[in-house]
Formats: sequence, C-alpha cells, structure tokens
Amino acid sequence: MAGPVLEMRSIVKTFPGVKALSDVTLTVRQGEVHAICGENGAGKSTLMKVLSGVHPHGSYEGEILFEGELCRFKDIRASEQHGIVIIHQELALVPFLSIAENIFLGNEHATRGLINWNETLRHATELLRRVGLTDHPETRVADIGVGKQQLVEIAKALSKKVKLLILDEPTAALNDEDSDKLLDLILELKNQGITSIIISHKLNEIRKVADSVTIIRDGRSIETLDVKDPGTTEDRIISGMVGRDLDHRFPERTPHHPEEGTAPALEIRGWTVHHPIDQQRKVVDDVSINVRRGEIVGIAGLMGAGRTELAMSVFGRTYGRYAGGTVLKDGREIRTKTVAEAVANGIAYVTEDRKHYGLNLIDTINRNISLTALAKVAKRGVVDEHEERQVAERFRKSMNIKAPTVFEPVGKLSGGNQQKVVLSKWIFAGPDVLILDEPTRGIDVGAKYEIYTVIDKLAAEGKAVVFISSELPELLGMCDRIYTMAAGRLTGEFSRAEASQESLMRQMTKDKEVTR
Amino acid sequence: MSTDVTAKSPAPAPPGGTGSASGGGLLHLVLDGLRRNMRQYGMLLALGLIVALFAVWTDGDLLLPRNVSNLVLQNSYILILAIGMMLVIIAGHIDLSVGSLTAFVGAFAAVLTVQHDIAWPVAVVLCLLAGAVAGAAQGFFIAYLGIPSFIVTLAGMLVFRGITEILLEGQTLGPFPDGLQKMGNGFLPEVGPETNYHNITLLLGFVLIAFVVLQELRDRKRQQEFSLDVVPLNLFLLKLVAIAAALLTVTLLLASYKGAPIVLLILGALVVGYGYLMRNSIFGRHIYAIGGNLPAAKLSGVKDKKVTFLVFLNMGVLAALAGLAIAARLNAASPKAGLNYELEAIASAFIGGASMSGGVGTVLGAIIGGLVLGVLNNGMNLLSVGTDWQQVIKGLALLAAVGFDVWNKRKSGS
Repeated sequence: MAGPVLEMRSIVKTFPGVKALSDVTLTVRQGEVHAICGENGAGKSTLMKVLSGVHPHGSYEGEILFEGELCRFKDIRASEQHGIVIIHQELALVPFLSIAENIFLGNEHATRGLINWNETLRHATELLRRVGLTDHPETRVADIGVGKQQLVEIAKALSKKVKLLILDEPTAALNDEDSDKLLDLILELKNQGITSIIISHKLNEIRKVADSVTIIRDGRSIETLDVKDPGTTEDRIISGMVGRDLDHRFPERTPHHPEEGTAPALEIRGWTVHHPIDQQRKVVDDVSINVRRGEIVGIAGLMGAGRTELAMSVFGRTYGRYAGGTVLKDGREIRTKTVAEAVANGIAYVTEDRKHYGLNLIDTINRNISLTALAKVAKRGVVDEHEERQVAERFRKSMNIKAPTVFEPVGKLSGGNQQKVVLSKWIFAGPDVLILDEPTRGIDVGAKYEIYTVIDKLAAEGKAVVFISSELPELLGMCDRIYTMAAGRLTGEFSRAEASQESLMRQMTKDKEVTR
Repeated sequence: MSTDVTAKSPAPAPPGGTGSASGGGLLHLVLDGLRRNMRQYGMLLALGLIVALFAVWTDGDLLLPRNVSNLVLQNSYILILAIGMMLVIIAGHIDLSVGSLTAFVGAFAAVLTVQHDIAWPVAVVLCLLAGAVAGAAQGFFIAYLGIPSFIVTLAGMLVFRGITEILLEGQTLGPFPDGLQKMGNGFLPEVGPETNYHNITLLLGFVLIAFVVLQELRDRKRQQEFSLDVVPLNLFLLKLVAIAAALLTVTLLLASYKGAPIVLLILGALVVGYGYLMRNSIFGRHIYAIGGNLPAAKLSGVKDKKVTFLVFLNMGVLAALAGLAIAARLNAASPKAGLNYELEAIASAFIGGASMSGGVGTVLGAIIGGLVLGVLNNGMNLLSVGTDWQQVIKGLALLAAVGFDVWNKRKSGS
C-alpha cells in the first residue's frame, strides 16, 4: 500500500463567531481517489480552501504536509506550484473566451507579454484529448454544455501539472451520462498517477470511484473508511454523517387511493413547448399528466428530459414558446398565461434553483415568505408588518427554520433552511397544487427528512403535489404514482407498487436515440 | 406613520432582550444596537460628525438659525430628486436624465406663466404632468422594450437639455408670479401674539413630535398584541427622547428665524409618504423584490414591467417638482439649470446606503446622504472654500462613504 501524499493534522479554522473546523485530520495516500463526505456546513469546503491556500497559512491552526514537506501556502498560486489544484462547485470559466484561452488563463503561453497562439492551440488540443473532449479549442466556452465545461476545468488543472486534484461536488450540475464520463476520467487520471480528492453527496458515486472516504461532521473528522470493505455500506456512511442510525429515510406514508369519478386537481393535456431560441426544437412534446388531491405524483427523468421546462411553461409560461395544450383545474380549463394567473388559480411552482429563481437573498426571511401573497397581510395595499412578522414566526417554528430571528437575510442561511423558506413562501400563498422541482437538491440528510415530512403533510391536508426529482430512491419513497420523461416525451406511468429503480430508469432512457 | 422615517427601517428586536437592564446594561444595549445596525446608523453618525466639525470650524455659524433655514432652501431640490433616485436605484436601475428634466420643467413653467400668463396653480399641474409624461416615456422604453436604463436616460439627458434650450431660445426667462416664487423661497405665514419664535412653526413642530411619539407607542402596543418581541423599555424610551430632542432642536432653530420654509413642508410630506410607501406598501415591496432578484420576483408573480414603468414615471414627477422648486428659488428659468443634479442625487443615494446591484436602500438613507452633501456644500461656502476644492472634497466623501460600507460589509461577511 502506497504511503501518504497528503497529511492534514489537527486543522482548526475559526471565522469571527464560528468555529468552522474544530479538529480535522486527513490522510490521503499516493495515487488514490479519496472521497470527503458530510452534511452541508460540516466544513468540507472550508477544509479544501485551507488546503488550497484560499485561507492562507496563519489564518488556521494545524499542519499540512504534502509529499512529506511542511506547506505554508499564502495563496492559491502557491498551492498550484506544488501541484494542488482545486475545481470549485461553481465553475470558474469565462463564458465568452475560447476553451484554449480559458485553459491557459493566468498561465498563458507567451513571450514578452504576447501570446503564442500556435503553441496555445497545440497544447490545448493535447490536453483536450487527455480529458476526452473532441471540441475545437477555439470554441467559446458559453457554447458547450456544463458537462464539457467541467472537462475543460480538468484540462486546465492538467495544464498546471496537477499532482493532487480536488473536485468540489463535480457532478452536482451534470446528468447521469456526463457524470459517468467524468467519474471514468477521474479513474483514468488515477491510472496516470494523479491523486484526487472528491467532495460528494452522492454515495453511489463514492462507491464507484473512491478508494477511501473520510466523513466530516460539525467541523471534525469522524472516521476514514475503506470503500472496498464490504462493511462500508451506504447506510454505514450516512449514519457516520448524521451521527445517528437512519432506519427511516422517509416518513411513513399511507398511500393515496384516488376516488374514482372526481376530476383531478390538475390535469395537463397535450402540452407542447418549443425551445426559446432554437424554435424548431420541441423541448416538451405532447405531454399529458394529472394529479389528484392528496396525491403525490413524481416525475422522473434525466437532465434534458424536459421536466423543469414542462413545469415552468405551465406556470405562467415562464419557459420557452407555447405550442399547444390545455391546463384543467378540477375538470375546468384555466388560464395560466402569467404567473399571477397561475397563482390565482391555486398553482405554486417551487423552483429547482432557489438562489436564482426562488429567493431574494439580500432580503429578510419574513419579507421573502410574504412576497407571493402580500395581499394576505395587507389592507388596501398597505402591508401590516406585525401580522407579516407573526406569519413568518409561525413558519419559522412549524418548518423548523434555523435562524435567530425572521429578520435574518436569507442569503446567510444554509441550503436546507433556504429551501424551507422557499417552501414556506409557497405554502403561505395557499395553493391547491404544488409543483416541487428538486426540492431536496444540495441539502443535507437531516433537512431532507424534514422537507419530506412537510410534503407528506401537504398531501395529507388534501393538496395535490407534483414532485420532480433526479433521485430515484426519493421518488420511490414518497410518491403514489410516478411518470417518467425522456427527451421531452412522457415515456411511462407507474403505480407505487410497480415502480422500481430499474423499471423507471428503463423508461427514462427510452427514446433517447430515436430523437437524436 | 412617521415611525418609518424617524425610526430606522426594519427595526429588529434584540434577541432575548428582557427590558430589565439597569444603568450599565442600558449603555451596553445602546452600543449593541448600534453595532448590529452599523449600516443604518453609520451614515447618521457621519452626518452628525460633519455637522459638529463644521460648526466648530465656522465658529457656530453653520448652526445659526438663518443658515439652517438657508441650508434647507438650498438643498431641498437635491433631496427631492434623491428620494426618486433611491427608488430607481433600489429597482436596479439608474436615471441620468433628471438634471436635464428639472431644467426642462423650469423652462416649461416659464413659458406657461411668463409668456402665456397662465395662472400659476394650473401651470404647476401642467408641469407635473409634463414630468410624468417624460418619466413614463423613459419608463416605457426601459420596462417594456428592455433598453438598459443607463442608455435610455443618457439619451433623455441630451434630449431634455436640448428641448430646454429650444424652449428658452438660449435666454433666461423670468420673473415668476408670486405664488410660484413662494414654493422656492417662501415661509409659512405668521399669526398670533409676538413671541420670540415663529408661532405656527412651533405649533407644527410640537404637533409633529406628539404625533411621532404616539405613533411609536401605538406601534409598540401592536407588537405586544401580536406577542412579538419588543425593544427593551429603557432603550425604547431613550430612542423616543433622542427623536423628540432632534425634532425639537430643528423646530426651535427654524422658529427663531423666519419659520419653516414651505419647501421643507413639501419635502417633509414626501419623506413621510415615500418612507411609508417603500416600507409598508405592496408596491414598495415589489420594488425591493425586482431589484434584489428579478427572476425570483417574476416567478413570485410580481409584475416587474409595470413596477419598473411606475418607478420611472414617479421619478419624472419628482424631477418636475424639483424643477419647479429650482425655478421658483432662482425666480427664473435658465438653460443651465439643474446641471449635474442627477449626479448629486445619485451620490446622495449611494452615500445613503444604496447598492449598485439594487435591492437595498431606504428613503431616510437618501435624505441623510443628501444632507451630508448639503452640509459639506454649505459649510465649505461659509469657510470660503472655492468650488474647485469643493468638488474634490465631495468626490472623496462619496468614495469614503461607499468605501466604508464595502469594508464594513466585508468585515461582517465571510
């Protein structure tokens, strides 16, 4: 077994008022893929920032040894000179520069300040080949997909002669196909002798690529497990992350049996939507779905299946160009041309991207919650601040939003708490139908369970819930019925009893080659 | 109502405050409150500091009743513009046209009253309408056609300045009818027995103080009715005393000269009205929402285009009001009136806590920012500092204020 390439000993990092890392020890062996796993806010990203010099030497306690040498990085450049390269969750590429320009940004092939384009393109082409990209290096980064952009980041890391590659949730924004490619690449790089640290929420991913996994909880390193050890099950890792056994990952649900004869709360018929720019392309193609009161209906699909596009185009035509279809509420046709109309008809859409489409991050919790239904706490256009605050306090308690007061800016909350604010906001609007788009994305296990409980309660109160998710276990655990979509079409409908990961995945990958 | 203007907007109750703190505890509470609302109180403290400095440097001339009265008259139009500009900036836009627009409205008023002998109240209404139309036109291009506000109002700045010169044929036009002049220069009329003070102003001041105190008390009672945490009693009383003392000082200063200027009453009404609008009305909330996160506001059902349109229409009306005040004070319409006023208004908003990216700011902040600039202007005039150096110092003041804000935010952030 190879010796350690990296040792981080008793790292302590304090921010004003918070101890982000209280005692972390991490040992990474030469040539392995080492996963770091923990709830959001456990300190994973902070640890990597300490390692890469974002938090310079002197701002933390403890020692870092890389290749047996004591390191005192004063910035990212210093760590990169040692061959430690970090790829952040949010990609750091300039969209309007070419692939080649991005790869060598800050590190250009140049003589006396003038760029040598021939050398730049030759070297870029070589690096792109190593990461398995066939695009021309002069393509603008904005014109390639997120999956390929991730590969460009890795090519950029390779150009810096990387020895230790750190990937912070690299597959969070990727579909399964692109994720697989990326994970294969990490294994390929491992064969070339490059050590990797991968921060990930996805346990199946860890099983696939990692050799060992270190679990971090509340700023402490809890344990390091050998992934190949048969005892290292997913439940074992999860219990390490949350520090308690999770025998129920979903709340107990009594499956809903719809009464025959009553009209569904929401029915969408023959819905077709074209791409906003490429207007020949059907993004949603003749989709018909329905959901009854008290029912949770899932929509499963891979990235690009058209699930979000379906939801957003129904909700006030906020996506694409409408090309046909009707929406019925309780059997009567309704107009949902604007968001206001959709809300007035009792429909709520909780976005998958809460930071960009769900919340005003610089505003307070109470004002975010009341925004969609301000009229409910207002008389003649004047908001009653006391009533508004009381409403917010009620949601803070019932949803268990962790914040000192409801006057806290939402941007300061953790992902899980932000998600609870978005949900509160739409529950306060008082809809009959809730369309939840990836409601548990990027939030920790404990908060996920809380969100599931809320969803379950909504259904029990007689709301109709449409649950869009990329996590199949979640859909299987929560839904009464599950639709599958692929390439804009509806490809299947399963009852709770019929559905399994395998049967869903089969339908989710159907049609893909036909439409291409 | 006036709680919104006198109290700092969203006034969070200190968590766990019990209200039973004794002597030393009170000081602690005050300091703690200041620290938590650095952004809110910082500029107020800076304003106090600037006033104190100039009062010392000018041997107290700055705070002479006559000068305080002048200070209000000189800065009223910038403050009126700053209120509208604050709304525009909170919505995530900018308006470069307001300086030219004030000149245009002044010229229009002169053409109406001087050349065509139209009664001045009618002319005022027509001028406000003209401002509304100008603002609406710009708002239409920005909100419904999606042209960036910087471009639209830059064009507006050139267009309105040009129209002003066309209307005035390059000449200065005046004088205005008496009634209109009063808007810029006039004071409240005086009645009653001879005291050493202006009676009506005193009375108004006392009524205002009583009103503010009652409002605060009512607000506190309402909070308790809703069983929400309230500010500890001693801190609350201290706040009341501070507000009352500040209002009383200004009242006495003004009352010992010619009384309250009419334009101050207009300004006061605007501050109270817009403070209330921005904090408590649905419309105000929607302005913050589109400035803070436009896509999220859209998906929450906010009619973003309509709100943007109305914000610019409103800016046009306020610019017209400011234009009338300028013309009335100078008693003439000049082609060069209101030159660079848009920049002063924008600077006021940013000194007062607005953010380039929108979504942040208060009406009170805009007023404080405007007063900082106003006191700097006035104080440096008293000290006979040339306009050349005045510009340098005002520029540095803007940089320092925003720089402090950025530094403070970074310190409290990550």
